[in-house]
Amino acid sequence: MAAPTARIAKRSGEHGLGWLAVSPALLLLIGLLFGPVAAVLLFSLTDWQLGSFTFHFIGPANFRTLFTDPTFWKALSNTLIYAAIVVPGTVLLGLVVALLIESSPGLRGFYRAAHFLPVMSTMSAMAIVWGTMLHPTIGLVNRALGVMGISGVNWLRDERTALLALALIGIWQGFGFAMVLFVSGLKAVPQQLYDAAAVDGADGVLDRLRVVTLPMLGPVTMFVVILTAKRSFEVFDSVRVLTQGGPNYASEVLLHRLYTESFDFLRMGYGAALTVVYLAIVVLLTLTQARLLERRVHYS
Amino acid sequence: MVSLSLKPPEEIFQADFRLWPTAFHGVENYRVALTAAPMFRFLLNGLLVCAAIFALQLLVCIPCAYALAKLRFHGRDTMFSAVLVGLLLPPQALAIPHFVLLNVFGLLDTYAALILPWVISTFGIFLLRQFFRSIPDEVIHAARLDGLGEFEIIWRIMIPMTAPALAAFGIFSVVAHWNDLFWPLIAVRREEISTPALGILLFRDDEAGQFFGPLMAGAVIIVAPLLVAFLIAQRRFIDGLAVTTMK
Repeated sequence: MAAPTARIAKRSGEHGLGWLAVSPALLLLIGLLFGPVAAVLLFSLTDWQLGSFTFHFIGPANFRTLFTDPTFWKALSNTLIYAAIVVPGTVLLGLVVALLIESSPGLRGFYRAAHFLPVMSTMSAMAIVWGTMLHPTIGLVNRALGVMGISGVNWLRDERTALLALALIGIWQGFGFAMVLFVSGLKAVPQQLYDAAAVDGADGVLDRLRVVTLPMLGPVTMFVVILTAKRSFEVFDSVRVLTQGGPNYASEVLLHRLYTESFDFLRMGYGAALTVVYLAIVVLLTLTQARLLERRVHYS
Repeated sequence: MVSLSLKPPEEIFQADFRLWPTAFHGVENYRVALTAAPMFRFLLNGLLVCAAIFALQLLVCIPCAYALAKLRFHGRDTMFSAVLVGLLLPPQALAIPHFVLLNVFGLLDTYAALILPWVISTFGIFLLRQFFRSIPDEVIHAARLDGLGEFEIIWRIMIPMTAPALAAFGIFSVVAHWNDLFWPLIAVRREEISTPALGILLFRDDEAGQFFGPLMAGAVIIVAPLLVAFLIAQRRFIDGLAVTTMK
């Protein structure tokens, strides 16, 4: 190429250009992401309330209050229960629908689109529609149950069913996405494996499923599990619209608690402590997901 | 939902359920939804906010992603690590400081409050960097030999060659912000600047929203634009959202 001096000049030119190009992103990264995270950590150690001009450092007192607050534990355990229903529900439904779609090529496109619609839909609007369907007297759900001779309950106002109803809505919204991932996973299973299984005598539908399909879907399944778990921790819209965490905290979840403490009660210090806990959980799940993704890339 | 949105109130409360209303009340329900709440305003706000967010995200992401993919400079790896760390942070965890920051600048309850926190997208930078890297260096060298500046290289080569990735990112961004309820609920109070997800909630709490027919009509109006867009460009939407699994 050129003489060494020219090359150095070009290098330093590229150096300046590089920094010029990343500088807006860098400033915003600091101002809107890293700065705020530092601020949250700082706030969590103070007794600051929005609107007041003074605050004191109170050390880990917010965390102590948080960990002795039964509402927090209720929100955490509810979030875990929610995830424990939504994750297997989404995986199972997504997998079954994906298998059905793959085995009936005719209307594949139509079914895929139909099941994917909830993923796209604005949750707050769809939650309102669900609210109507779950209405105790005129809702579609209880009417359908009534036809079958079962008397339904007031799903969203009953302590026993509120969280379950929200979880079912969560499954309804998310399984289409799981289905898409499973379909692409199914496409990646090599035909030779099925042929080999057939030679070994595994040619029934269930045998093929058990011996070939399910083991080959292992990595995708793990991935869907983590992804759905992460989304379960982000559940907010349906809770806010339908139950506001009630009745009697029966459907209170972490993110809704965080919202209420911080922006309804304006207890920023306490809200920040809650945020730190929330942040730790989500970061952990995201790291697990990144780990899996890396592994999947290495496989293919 | 569509069925209920076409029915008169007395039929909604009837014991037997029919998919198609015996007395068509659709026009009336949609009229109530459109006049009782500024539905078109919500849609327009959604369009404005999503478009502004995406445009600004591109403006910040593209040069940064290009530099991270194709330019050599000291600190590049550090910058990329910072982007990866940024990917870990859930946006909901930043709500308190963003709220305080906007409050300090007196920007709460404005369009700026809805847009500014989202201007930086580490996901966008990450995604575009991956795609920019897949373009061979030779293409860029050739362009430089032809006398193209870096800006022209981005504009005339990188952007056209990675159009599908940009479309995927656009779909991801617009769907996320059109549907978002958490942040608008915090950032704005006024109905005039509410985005669709917040607007439908305000409508429900309104007097007219107490009637199921108009409420369902409102929900249809809010959900329809994205769904219609989805039905037109299914493949792109599914790919665009599946790409988010990399996040």
